[in-house]
Amino acid sequence: MRYSALSIIKQALSGNRRWTPAWREPEPKPHYDVIIVGGGGHGLATAYYLAKEFGITNVAVIEKGYIGSGNVGRNTTIIRSNYLLEGNNPFYEMSLKLWEGLERDFNYNAMVSQRGVLNLFHSDGQRDEYARRGNAMRLHGVDADLLDREQVRRLAPYLNFDHGRFPVMGGLLQKRGGTVRHDAVAWGYARGADARGVDIIQHCEVTGIRRGPGGEVEGVETTKGFIGCNRLALAAAGNTTTVGRMADLALPIETHVLQAFVSEGLKPVIDNVITYGAGHFYISQSDKGGLVFGANIDYYSSYAQRGNLATVEETMQEGVSLIPGLSRAKALRAWGGVMDMSMDGSPIIDRTPIDNLYLNAGWCYGGFKATPASGFCFAHLIAKNETHHVSRFMRLDRFERGYVLDEGGKGPQPNMH
Amino acid sequence: MASLITCPHCGTRPKEEFSVRGAVIARPSASEKDEAWHRYVYVRDNPKGRYQEYWHHAAGCRRWLVVNRDNLTHEVFGVTDAQASREGSR
Repeated sequence: MRYSALSIIKQALSGNRRWTPAWREPEPKPHYDVIIVGGGGHGLATAYYLAKEFGITNVAVIEKGYIGSGNVGRNTTIIRSNYLLEGNNPFYEMSLKLWEGLERDFNYNAMVSQRGVLNLFHSDGQRDEYARRGNAMRLHGVDADLLDREQVRRLAPYLNFDHGRFPVMGGLLQKRGGTVRHDAVAWGYARGADARGVDIIQHCEVTGIRRGPGGEVEGVETTKGFIGCNRLALAAAGNTTTVGRMADLALPIETHVLQAFVSEGLKPVIDNVITYGAGHFYISQSDKGGLVFGANIDYYSSYAQRGNLATVEETMQEGVSLIPGLSRAKALRAWGGVMDMSMDGSPIIDRTPIDNLYLNAGWCYGGFKATPASGFCFAHLIAKNETHHVSRFMRLDRFERGYVLDEGGKGPQPNMH
Repeated sequence: MASLITCPHCGTRPKEEFSVRGAVIARPSASEKDEAWHRYVYVRDNPKGRYQEYWHHAAGCRRWLVVNRDNLTHEVFGVTDAQASREGSR
């Protein structure tokens, strides 16, 4: 069923009793051309683009929980392409362009809102660094505006401009950045993939990877039995190591927990996405009115989808330091998700040394904004066995070759990225 | 929740006093091949469950410690001085 204003009126006239489910719940077939492990944003986007752009429809997405139950439903929903490095910027800009046309493309309301992403700076050195990044963005054809203190004040008068230690001196604004309704991204991609013949198999956990005589992948053992495939694609963020170990993959990844928070609903106050340059705090206001915010990971390796109270305290301190009025808002909910922290802070979209096995991993805590480009590039790789040119810096062997993609310049320490 | 770490030198302290370096991995000798160094610098076992990490008691005794804990339940099994535990394993 195609969604439109007319379909809403028609359904309303029949008492909204004739809506059909947005996707099927099929039993697995014995064999597929491609199996994707992980029914999150990236896995579903991969399936969608495989079917739509590359004509491969005999595809299954296998998800151990329900689709969208992982990080695509647990993030702070920010989209942007304000990256410095040549290996990153064109990739994230491709993603932002796909976001801009996404709702028409998959006929689903994902509430893409280009409200602008503003990175604040608090020192002369930081201004120089942001100007450099803004220039790099513009050289790649991406919009970037360096704002002074008064321009920031007009956008966000509630900030703590005269902070004793970290005064707001200005900011780097990307107007095309913004937020997206995260769950709707998973649902929209799932519906679009399903309509093109992709089987989305929920509540089915992969328990093993079956290898042939030459070491090539032949299929997966699951809680619903063996399913064969020509190509196996892993998009199991947070659990990449657990799945990768089934095929003896050695990975440059450590799993960490990141927390996010939402306040009680407030009247519209924060129009943009705002990030604090003196710490690592980011905040926006959802369409329901809740302030959605987060800060750093918890620093120690963790597979638990819950975080530490010290990090909660640090996040709140950063928030109140930037926006004093935040101290009057009540935090409503806090939650944690597990992240693939890679050793250079950048993702991996590549073939593996094992035949028929493809990897999409290491998104750290920046994977949501990348969802469309990640799906598109991964689908390109699986379909053509060839890296898409915008993801060519995201190879698995870059660590061995000495070509790390370290946007933050932090070195091989996963908890610092 | 791994909120309290019992430092062998300073006693039980809040975890904010410590900074986490990462997995305890034996450092290869300088003459080892690139592959061994690649594994040491970049590849991680990343187990779900029991994990040994180097923690630095930055706001206390400034000693390097080995924290033996579970990264799913956040239970801490033991904390030893890194140098002492290395000498013990020799």
